[in-house]
Amino acid sequence: MTMNIFRQEFKMRQRSVITWSVAVAALILVYTSLFSSFADQAELLNEAMANFPEGLRTAFGIKDVNLATVLGYFGFLFLFVQICLAIQAANYGVSLVSVEEREWTADFLLSKPVGRAQILTSKLLAALGGLAITDIVVWISTFAFIALFRGDRTYEVKPLLMLLLSIVPFQLFFLSVGLVISLLVKRVRSVTPYAMALGFGMYVLSVFGDLLGESTLEKLTPFKHFDPNYILKNGAWDLALVLISVAVIVISLVGSYLRYARRDIPAVV
Amino acid sequence: MGVIEVSHLTKYYGKARGIVDLSFQVEEGEIFGFIGPNGAGKSTTIRLLLSLIHPTSGSATIFGKDCIQYGPQLRREIGYLPSEVFYYDRMKVIDLLKYSASFYPQDSTQRMNELAELMELELNRRIEDLSYGNRKKVGIVQGLLHRPKLVFLDEPTAGLDPLMQRKTFQLIREENQRGVTVFFSSHILGEVQRMCTRVAIIREGRIVEIADIRTLQQNNYKKVRVDADDLDAAYFDMPGVTNLERQDGSVRFFYKGDINAVMHKIGQIAVSDVTIEEPTLEEIFMHYYE
Repeated sequence: MTMNIFRQEFKMRQRSVITWSVAVAALILVYTSLFSSFADQAELLNEAMANFPEGLRTAFGIKDVNLATVLGYFGFLFLFVQICLAIQAANYGVSLVSVEEREWTADFLLSKPVGRAQILTSKLLAALGGLAITDIVVWISTFAFIALFRGDRTYEVKPLLMLLLSIVPFQLFFLSVGLVISLLVKRVRSVTPYAMALGFGMYVLSVFGDLLGESTLEKLTPFKHFDPNYILKNGAWDLALVLISVAVIVISLVGSYLRYARRDIPAVV
Repeated sequence: MGVIEVSHLTKYYGKARGIVDLSFQVEEGEIFGFIGPNGAGKSTTIRLLLSLIHPTSGSATIFGKDCIQYGPQLRREIGYLPSEVFYYDRMKVIDLLKYSASFYPQDSTQRMNELAELMELELNRRIEDLSYGNRKKVGIVQGLLHRPKLVFLDEPTAGLDPLMQRKTFQLIREENQRGVTVFFSSHILGEVQRMCTRVAIIREGRIVEIADIRTLQQNNYKKVRVDADDLDAAYFDMPGVTNLERQDGSVRFFYKGDINAVMHKIGQIAVSDVTIEEPTLEEIFMHYYE
């Protein structure tokens, strides 16, 4: 890793990191602030929910969830946090090297005396640094806003910790898969469609899996590997599924290093 | 041993031709011109030597070492000015130059400031606000601030005003006098003619000729112009004469061969004026492209 590339990359992503972090914190704030009114009318609510079509409840991940409890409610809102984190991480992954090629700065960077593996490592660590900041913001807002709005309702801390800890491998999945996709295509013209397709697509896949009762789909998407309701209910990860995520991360990273080492940097046309 | 040795280097982009079976050497301390029209393969060659892209076959060494295997180490001594210059958003000139300098072990601050002053750079402006010519100047400074021993220039003067072009050439000459080897790619023949000691002419991915600039100009062709009344162009239609044309009372042609034959031919008629000169590189060049 080289410090100067890390610093430069980190600086370039600063604004984006701040924007995402604020957005996710705001999301948690808005949802948790509604918790007491939800919980106060729990019976009414659970009744109303029972009247929702089952498909809809499945889609929002609230099929077997009691929204009157702190963790039940938090599991429901965390799904939206996950969607944000997925798109953010996918965005950083897809843009990691493709941005330089689109804006032609790759020629500048790659004609400097650094190897490609070093460049990739520095860039990956800088992106991880950005994601870690968002991660920390999620931790802080979670505990702060729950404390603020939970009223006199109590909750178990361990399942919540397990859920928050799952953010890191969850982000890594989208970062590394985004990266390897960007290296498998010839040129990424725009990052957003790729990031949205990957982040949101994986969410849709998990919803379809639920709706169809299709368990093979579960094996593909990190939204299932790190299903908030499962983690909060069991206070643990579904290890078999988590290992699939880990395997995908490792394969994507190794693949990325190999592809990048042999990559022909496109010239200005 | 040459600073750059290229041997049977070939690059295809899928099926599209980049360069085919290129072999040449660049000697230490020379300014080597690399000339050809757009799309001939000039940039492809430079990008291969910098290992931005990988060859389909063949190989190249720089300072005696394989340019891909030892790429990072070799690039410490290499300066590169790409043909188009784009830089990171929101970066000021000074930030970019410092970033560039941070890749080299030595302290380049002094040289950086010298060059920036010479090229009249405004260090505190954002690069995206600069005109094309000014961005190009940033490119020149970042390519030279670490005192490289080998410099690749890819169309270095495109977009620069004549004054800056002259400054750039002077700068490159000074670097060269300090012993820096220069690989100078261009499609403008005049500048290659002024700058280079040797030149390779590349066409459709292949080298058609490598020669000393002087040899190229002297040993080959003479440009002859004869002014005379009622002169028929056909009069000079003899072996060694090409591009024969008549225009406004004068006859022009290129001649290759024993100059006495032409002198004799001219001596037999009454002329009002005669010019015999070296053709410009441009004119020689056209010959290769016919």
